[in-house]
Amino acid sequence: MALLEVKDLHTSFFTDAGEVKAVNGVSFNLDHGKVLGIVGESGSGKSVTAYSIMQILASTGKIVGGSIKLDGQELVGAGEKVMKTVRGNKVSIIFQDPMTSLNPTYTIGHQLMEAILLHTNRNKQQAKERAIEMLRLVNINEPEKRMKQYPFEFSGGMRQRIMIAMALACEPDILIADEPTTALDVTIQAQILELMQQLQKELGMAIIMITHDLGVVAQMCDEVIVMYAGSICEQGTADEIFYNPRHEYTKGLMRSIPSAETAGQKLRPITGTPIDLLNMPAGCPFAPRCDAAMKICLRERCQRMQINDMHQAACWMNVKLGLESGELSLDNTNEGSDAQ
Amino acid sequence: MSDLMNQPLLEVKDLKQHFNINMGLFKSKPLKAVDGVSFSIRKGETLGLVGESGCGKTTVGRTILHLYKPTSGEVWYNGKRIATKEDINEFRKKATMVFQDPYSSLNPRMTVSDIIGEPLDVHKLYSSKEERRERILELMGHVGLNSEHASRYAHEFSGGQRQRIGIARALAVNPDFIVCDEPVSALDVSIQAQVINMFDELQEKLGLTYLFIAHDLLVVRHISDRIAVMYLGKMVELADAEEIYNHPLHPYSKSLLSAVPVPDPKIARANQRIMLTGDIPSPLNAPSGCPFRTRCPHATKLCAESMPEFREVSSGHFVACHHMD
Repeated sequence: MALLEVKDLHTSFFTDAGEVKAVNGVSFNLDHGKVLGIVGESGSGKSVTAYSIMQILASTGKIVGGSIKLDGQELVGAGEKVMKTVRGNKVSIIFQDPMTSLNPTYTIGHQLMEAILLHTNRNKQQAKERAIEMLRLVNINEPEKRMKQYPFEFSGGMRQRIMIAMALACEPDILIADEPTTALDVTIQAQILELMQQLQKELGMAIIMITHDLGVVAQMCDEVIVMYAGSICEQGTADEIFYNPRHEYTKGLMRSIPSAETAGQKLRPITGTPIDLLNMPAGCPFAPRCDAAMKICLRERCQRMQINDMHQAACWMNVKLGLESGELSLDNTNEGSDAQ
Repeated sequence: MSDLMNQPLLEVKDLKQHFNINMGLFKSKPLKAVDGVSFSIRKGETLGLVGESGCGKTTVGRTILHLYKPTSGEVWYNGKRIATKEDINEFRKKATMVFQDPYSSLNPRMTVSDIIGEPLDVHKLYSSKEERRERILELMGHVGLNSEHASRYAHEFSGGQRQRIGIARALAVNPDFIVCDEPVSALDVSIQAQVINMFDELQEKLGLTYLFIAHDLLVVRHISDRIAVMYLGKMVELADAEEIYNHPLHPYSKSLLSAVPVPDPKIARANQRIMLTGDIPSPLNAPSGCPFRTRCPHATKLCAESMPEFREVSSGHFVACHHMD
């Protein structure tokens, strides 16, 4: 059994303008000790997926369907009491902006100990020892002295280390990292990513890495989910996604990154602008921007299909290629689509 | 290339920009945001300026345009020094800026046509209302906006489209030189590529020269002819784009380049990163001598005593380091 099973998750925000389907039928599994990357542009639903798992959505947001199972326990509709035992204990999260996710009026030590006292049976002295141990683990020098300092006395990279220390203090099974290095400089980003990799090996937790940076994904992740407009368009091992992309959006994304080869040449961007989630088209959400879009793409959404045992994609191109090569025939397309 | 082409369009000589920071009653301390930077940009060239936050790259761009009055140093444009108020006024008709944040750099109370038309008004670049309107529509065409967008407000546009408006505004005075301050870092990857291509196309079409400030090294490599690396207010390395990527010489450039996550799993896994310890020192308490010495694996006593000279080690490749071998 997978550690985390997300099945057909739907999360919507109810705004004055109407229902925004931020997450629209997302399914994936996460195994113990794996690093899963979720990539996508702003508004693709990658963060909302994570917040749905933690159930820390804004007040207008609601999980409207689907199931989230952690160690076999259903979390959707489980109530605050259950979620309190999940958050911090079993699933922890670190946010993008280390500047605003710490309370400026309390010392680092106070905030670290608060998390430990809340989630474990340790007494104050034990909590303090644990907090110092955690600071040492994330390479903060002189942790005893640092415990008494306030967030403004730390640099951005150090604050993110403290957030990691706080998130890992109760030894969660899953660490969700929501754009953990986006606000940091590259040399500091490299330090934080290396620290996360090292801690992942030492402590063996699973990581969900939410990012828009394909470079970070390539470095960190075993598996990758590519999201667009609230749905998963492609999922597979990192090697499959990077070397054998099978969704037109993923292909476009890969093409639009500048690299050594593109110097002096034109990039090949994805045309158009991201979709308005209030006015979703009937067919594939990427079809209006897709160079290879066919008639069926505009009419009907493609189900996720198994490309091979390490790779799934939801793109009609694969059906077309399958039909052309004779691997699929018209009457078994449906079976193929249900493989997911 | 002819001699005319080799002549620098813009020359910056020993530029310094110090800000006075209030340290309490009657006390202030200079923050040396830019501390003695010299370089030149040829006509039609793109010079990439990279470095981490607080290194002074944005301040260099703003000081060149005299948005800040330089503490000392000279800016030469087309063989003429920018010194008097009149010079600055003339210079700003030839040199403009595109800002990083497409959300805060456009006035929410102005329509697109007024935003783009404002530089035309300021510099009185039209003789009739009709001419102004035509010019605005032409500029909108340059950046791929429709004429029907002219009467809308900035909030009605996505990030990428807003950046197009900002670019059209920068183009309004018909400039030769544009300071692009992180123009794509707030945009999504797919939109980023569209805007980068637009910069390329505009350069070809209008013969523009860019100072392209960014922290994304993949983007800078793609767009730049030459690249300059800054650290704590000082320029530490300057060379052709490919040269600096293939043979970086300064230990800071080396670690900066190796820290960039490569979007290719096999390369990323094999990549040996040069890890820097610690954080960037505060520019208020910059280290003596070489600013990088506190994080440099090769630092010696000499580095603490004197700032290494910014010298040419091979043709067109400048480095400021005591330990070049």
